[in-house]
Amino acid sequence: MSTVIQVENLCKSYRLGVIGGGTLRADVSRWLAKLRGRPDPTLQIGQEHHARLRGQEFKALQDVSFEVKQGEILGVIGRNGAGKSTLLKVLSRVTAPTSGEVRVKGRIASLLEVGTGFHPELTGRENIFLNGAILGMTKGEIKTKFDEIVDFSGVEDFIDTPVKRYSSGMYVRLAFAVAAHLEPEILIVDEVLAVGDVEFQKKCMGKIEDVSRGGRTVVFVSHNMDAILRMCSRTMLLKGGNILIDGDTRRAVAEYSAMHATQLPVMDLRSATRTSHARMKAKFTEIKMTSSEINSAWGMAYGRPLGFEVTIESECVLSGLELGISLFTATGSEITSNLSSHAFTLKNTEPGTHVFKAVYAGLRLVPGSYCVQLGLRSEAGFEDFIPKACEFEVLTSELSSKHMTDTFRGVLVPDVSYEFK
Amino acid sequence: MASNPPSQTIAPSSLPEQWDLVLRPKTGWFDLHLSDLWRYRDLTMLFVWRDFVAQYKQTILGPLWHIIQPLFTTLLFTLVFGRVAKLPTDDLPPMLFYMAGITCWNYFAECLNRSSGTFINNASIFGKVYFPRLCVPVSIVISNIIKFAIQFALFLAMMGFYYAKGEPIRLNSLILLTPVLVLIMAALGLGVGIIVSALTIRYRDLQVLITFGVQLLMYVTPVIYPISMVSEKYRWLVLANPMSAIVETFRYAFLGAGTFDPFNLLYSAVVTLVILFVGIVLFNHVERTFMDTV
Repeated sequence: MSTVIQVENLCKSYRLGVIGGGTLRADVSRWLAKLRGRPDPTLQIGQEHHARLRGQEFKALQDVSFEVKQGEILGVIGRNGAGKSTLLKVLSRVTAPTSGEVRVKGRIASLLEVGTGFHPELTGRENIFLNGAILGMTKGEIKTKFDEIVDFSGVEDFIDTPVKRYSSGMYVRLAFAVAAHLEPEILIVDEVLAVGDVEFQKKCMGKIEDVSRGGRTVVFVSHNMDAILRMCSRTMLLKGGNILIDGDTRRAVAEYSAMHATQLPVMDLRSATRTSHARMKAKFTEIKMTSSEINSAWGMAYGRPLGFEVTIESECVLSGLELGISLFTATGSEITSNLSSHAFTLKNTEPGTHVFKAVYAGLRLVPGSYCVQLGLRSEAGFEDFIPKACEFEVLTSELSSKHMTDTFRGVLVPDVSYEFK
Repeated sequence: MASNPPSQTIAPSSLPEQWDLVLRPKTGWFDLHLSDLWRYRDLTMLFVWRDFVAQYKQTILGPLWHIIQPLFTTLLFTLVFGRVAKLPTDDLPPMLFYMAGITCWNYFAECLNRSSGTFINNASIFGKVYFPRLCVPVSIVISNIIKFAIQFALFLAMMGFYYAKGEPIRLNSLILLTPVLVLIMAALGLGVGIIVSALTIRYRDLQVLITFGVQLLMYVTPVIYPISMVSEKYRWLVLANPMSAIVETFRYAFLGAGTFDPFNLLYSAVVTLVILFVGIVLFNHVERTFMDTV
């Protein structure tokens, strides 16, 4: 197998402070100060010092080197700010490297967002052509693939309707359909699968796998460990602009999950983002995962009962207080939504601090990352609502390898028995 | 996975043809990769088509606006500069005189104004996908040719009307220069536009300045007055503007009034080429990293 991407000592730094000072006056005063040997007057005093801040520079990527072989699906994982997006931006030529070099063989197409350049006033048909051309197809190529694209998207009936009338699901489906029919030698995909329904996501992942089976190369960035585990033979874990691990996917994913261990075991919810319509007479203060592993505060081995402790604080006597917990996949589909009132009804809860404990027995979530949504209600209405209270990880265990094969699809592993006669 | 050998062992230039694409921090100022622009010609034409189609969806009059706008500008100019200010029009019917100037000026000004916003207006697309950025301003210049053609047809119709009324219209062989004039206007509008677009990334002030500047520039161009009216002392100032010779030549070719000086036209062409070249070089230089500063 030949090498199709070669990245050598790639660095990318961003200038801080200077950005946004984009007026001629600031430039002139900065230049004058430099002439007189004085410090930059436009710099803010007391700018925080950070490990990756050197002077006014932020190093998003530091000396990254790797190679990608033809036909490989390379996964790229890492926490927010690890440099994943910057890497993709450099690879897809959106921005130039600060130093180092990237060499590429073959046509490269990137999918950092679905529907780039879609024009709301144009019809689906018209947007297929426009979007296809933006992604690098010629008109001829789009014409020959047109029927396939429409078929894949499933919006045949609305193909001559302006896309501004589309539902967001239809919009995304059409946009992905165009991108999926690109035929570059190298495809770069960012977290675009985090949209659409489960059914469609499956279709997308299937399409990406097809691409690599056809001998083409895919670089795939995701927060969805499921997808990474399933599709990538090799995964790179980035941290702070460096490659921490480059190799076996399982090892990279395990290491990524372990990185969560450095987090605090209790999540403070006082400053979490909430919806505005809440009454806030009682509010969430903390959430804690009670089923976590010793070395990972928000990681839990597959198969164990999942447990949470949610702390609330109420200001006054409230009647009919109930807690709602919803679990979501990392891609945003709801798995389950449960109310404490299914189990018990509370009457006249005194002001003060209270704790709800919830344990899910027999909920066999597939290894991967999940989100928790919290809602608190009383007879008077919504008290508090946090769309994304915390994230947790279900880790692979011996049990998970017993319960499921690599080709398993879905979110929950059922306890199912088979018979054959 | 084996990590790469250090960069020193492979000199970047030792195996140049093996790779289809090499991304480096800096490329030469004159490495313009204009062939990419040709490869993406379909995209350029789709942008042209999008501009035209999308602009008039949900409008009642649609492309008719291309006729209404210059017509009213002409009427207004006739009233203000012809009737009230009583500026001479080289003995031509004022309507025709102004329309000739407006047709040319509108094309140039539209090319300039619209292409000067290239980076700022397209930042969201540019941040997500690569294609030669020059496709956008080039498409703007081409789509404006369509608008120019409509206005030009209106101008010809008005010429026919005055001819029928018995006005002396002295069409001459210089009309063969029309494509050249359009080309120079397009290149000049594009050139100045992309220079401004490259500079607005750092200095947003320019964006405000340019709309205003283009309006002012019109008064240093013989659009509302003939060049013969300008005194010898200040004529150089008007002629230094590369648009002046174009408007004068256009008017001379179609209406037979005013002046035609091949030297002035040549001057315009040379200035235009220089500006366009500087523009492309600057634009290419900026497009590589502008996403970091926008």
